[in-house]
Amino acid sequence: MSVVIYRKNIKQVYFMGRIVLNREKCKACYLCIEACPNKVLDRDTEVNGLGYYPAKVVGNQNCVGCAMCARVCPDIAIEKVYR
Amino acid sequence: MEQLVFKKPESIKDDFKISFCPGCDHGIAVRLVAEVLDELGVRENTIGIASVGCSVFSYDFFNVDIVESPHGRSMAVATGIKRSKPDKIVFTYQGDGDLASIGLGETIHAMTRGEKVTAICINNTTYGMTGGQAGPTTLLGQVTTTTTTGRKAELSGYPLKVSEILKEVDGTAYVARVTLDSPKAIMNAKNCIKKAFEAQIKGLGTGFVEILSTCPTNWKMTPQQAHERVRGEMSEVFKPGVYKDKVSEAQ
Repeated sequence: MSVVIYRKNIKQVYFMGRIVLNREKCKACYLCIEACPNKVLDRDTEVNGLGYYPAKVVGNQNCVGCAMCARVCPDIAIEKVYR
Repeated sequence: MEQLVFKKPESIKDDFKISFCPGCDHGIAVRLVAEVLDELGVRENTIGIASVGCSVFSYDFFNVDIVESPHGRSMAVATGIKRSKPDKIVFTYQGDGDLASIGLGETIHAMTRGEKVTAICINNTTYGMTGGQAGPTTLLGQVTTTTTTGRKAELSGYPLKVSEILKEVDGTAYVARVTLDSPKAIMNAKNCIKKAFEAQIKGLGTGFVEILSTCPTNWKMTPQQAHERVRGEMSEVFKPGVYKDKVSEAQ
């Protein structure tokens, strides 16, 4: 997620965070939802291939790239975190 | 430009499939060991020993050479490998039913000899793989499939505290007990695992880390409740902390 700010007519692009979630690897323990400070993640309403209701990225614009969700994920379903 | 701040460690296979139950801390422990192997740059020089228990599938995700050992004999296998190939980094990945129960003799004697290996022990207070029977580390009053009214001290004794025992063994260079219940605890656990590997690399002795893990399936809890139990009930009996640290003293 990027934010474009014009300051003294100079374009400056600030990058906030972004996470990449593999919903087929998620086993629905929801530890990431508990760990996220900015409510980026929530429960999905459709099942994945494993038969779980996985976590879902709902607010990537709020993500600050702290990678807390990725650190607590036991299944490495959150594969990449950008900042 | 966007920076990549987190990615799958190199020491985890590309086609990995974590086979543990939902919310089990085993997956985090596997990832932390893999991250430490990456940071120390020893992945291609490492031999791991898988044991019997939930850790039996280590060869499915670690991108290093793995030997499967008989039940409880991981430290004996590690001794043989380290003595025949002293330049390799050798680590064992065991559960508490493996290290603290059937393999306690091998573990204590290998560490008394001061073998230059690293042992990672996952303590979840039950035999998780076989269906949640009482193990040596089961807490007093804990209900399992073999202690249906709770573990009683007069019938089956007290929980075994592995770190406190191994702290007194002269051959160990690093002994710590860590938890994985919050992001802060996970980062601390990673530092402890790294020091346990450094103890081996510097030739100071055995490095040992006991990880207080959850078993949501056999405890019949949600992952969140299981972490609460680790923070409360388990941490009172098994106190987290660094018990012995010759690595920092040597620096």
